[in-house]
Amino acid sequence: MIEASGLTKRYGERLAVDQLTFAVRPGQVTGFLGPNGAGKSTTMRMILGLDAPTAGSVTIDGKPLAAMAHPMREVGALLDAKAIHGGRSAYNHLLCLAQTNDLPKSRVAEVLELVGLSDVARKRSKGFSLGMGQRLGIAGALLGDPKVLMFDEPVNGLDPEGILWIRNLMKGLASEGRTVFVSSHLMSEMENTADHLIVIGQGRLISDCTVQEFIDRNSALQVRVRTTEPEKLAELVDTAGGRAKPGADGTLLVSGLDLTQVGDLAFDNGVRIHELSPLQASLEQAFMELTKDSVEFHATVPAAQLASADGKVEAGS
Amino acid sequence: MTTLTAVGLPPATGRAGFGGALRSEWTKIRSVRSTVWTLLATAIVTIGISTLFAWGSSGHTDIQDVPTFDPVRSAMFGIVFGQLVIVVIGAMTMSSEYATGMIRTSLTSMPRRGVVFGAKLSVFTGVALVTGLFCSFTSFFIGQAFFAKVSVHDFRGPVGAKGPGPAGHPVITIHDLSTTIGAPHVLQAVIGGGLYLAVSGLLAFGLAALLRHTAGAITAAIGVLFVTFIMAQFLPSDWAKHVDKWVPFFAGGQLWGLRKLGDGSIPMLSPWTGFAVFAAYAAAVIVAGAVLFKKRDA
Repeated sequence: MIEASGLTKRYGERLAVDQLTFAVRPGQVTGFLGPNGAGKSTTMRMILGLDAPTAGSVTIDGKPLAAMAHPMREVGALLDAKAIHGGRSAYNHLLCLAQTNDLPKSRVAEVLELVGLSDVARKRSKGFSLGMGQRLGIAGALLGDPKVLMFDEPVNGLDPEGILWIRNLMKGLASEGRTVFVSSHLMSEMENTADHLIVIGQGRLISDCTVQEFIDRNSALQVRVRTTEPEKLAELVDTAGGRAKPGADGTLLVSGLDLTQVGDLAFDNGVRIHELSPLQASLEQAFMELTKDSVEFHATVPAAQLASADGKVEAGS
Repeated sequence: MTTLTAVGLPPATGRAGFGGALRSEWTKIRSVRSTVWTLLATAIVTIGISTLFAWGSSGHTDIQDVPTFDPVRSAMFGIVFGQLVIVVIGAMTMSSEYATGMIRTSLTSMPRRGVVFGAKLSVFTGVALVTGLFCSFTSFFIGQAFFAKVSVHDFRGPVGAKGPGPAGHPVITIHDLSTTIGAPHVLQAVIGGGLYLAVSGLLAFGLAALLRHTAGAITAAIGVLFVTFIMAQFLPSDWAKHVDKWVPFFAGGQLWGLRKLGDGSIPMLSPWTGFAVFAAYAAAVIVAGAVLFKKRDA
């Protein structure tokens, strides 16, 4: 279990992490979400003792990492797949890590096998692809068979196969009772992997709940209706206390009433219905909505506008 | 995912400490090609230039220089250039961790930073001592082979009954100017050559811990070792007699010769005092580097 209490990091004038208090529990995947620059990596570095907090504290199973007899048996982390010496072979990279914690050499071969890098174990990691580098980083994190695992944006730049592999790995690790803490700036990734979510924006805690709670709380359920008489149904919905607005290609989007209520309303009033389906606002939308005030850098010109401006220049010249 | 269960991991005993960190740092230093190449370069430069210099001396030494001829320092002249190469290894041993980002991985697996710093320092000290002593002893013995037969040139005109040489031509005689490892102070000076090289590397190691930047640390080390020495040549003599003995090259250099460095008109420190001063410079930088290594965000 990772416990942060009032965790704060200040870089000069900028407050990167602001009074974060949260707990990451074992047996589940906890997603650490926030827009770029929200303070996720800084928080993870403080958990590992790489950066010292300006205020507050963070412990792993009640102790700072440096106090552990064998730190690698407690925590394995992949912060940055490039945080390795490219001139060293995969085997030697893992060996020098294993030796610091008196782990046997045989374990190095074991984790190389586990991540599928046995064939390139003697190759210098300089020539590794992004995916292979990521696997090497994960091999390093798994060396000590740790109780707590931390991954910072592990799927960035990976191909679909790699993403699936990491996703299954994280779920597998959590199902073995380990604490898995994984950061991402993509809600869609967490939706498929995480059980619990910690959302931060501009260094502050925005939300700390299960994924289901996050969905329930942040995405209003809508009902999509396709009908021959949209005006009539809209009126009926209004009277029944719901709200209806026209959706794409002649459909009606109803909120405030659930699926059964809308169906009954139509049946009772003889409105013919061709489609009746529940619509859930995606978590991505909910996440964007939640963090829109805390995004550090806003694009001032929407991409579409930029594209049309380009077109105009061409047309004018 | 059942394969995740660690089959080959025995239960933990004791506490991860200095021994493991030493093995780890040894793996690190031996497993990158740059270490091997720069070690080789240190040996080639030191021994190579020493040999060239000894060869040159044996072919042509002025008779006026014979009384002050130092067969140990002359045999190890390459150290002056070798120190510029060994600083590269010293700096890189520490700075490559920062340049590659490896430091974050290293300190996550062993967060007790004093242990990591101490192990890295110990392993580099060992490597630097072996390299330094190999260079100084090899240079010494090659040098003595040349110095056994030195062509001494005498331009002074009539000598004894022989009369002057042909106009403009010296009288050439062959002298044995070599010494042996068993002669007084010789062994100390040859070991001193190795120590001097090792401490030069350690100075760069400390600077790299301070600056966390390879090029910066190498530049700073060359500045301390070489530029201060060159600048000292331009000091007015009333300044020089107070300053020169403290210049790192003069202080540390006293140990690896039979005669004092400098032209004799300027006071210099005794061999071991000078070397202690030189080592103290390196130690100060290393201690400062260690403090920052422990305190700074990685």
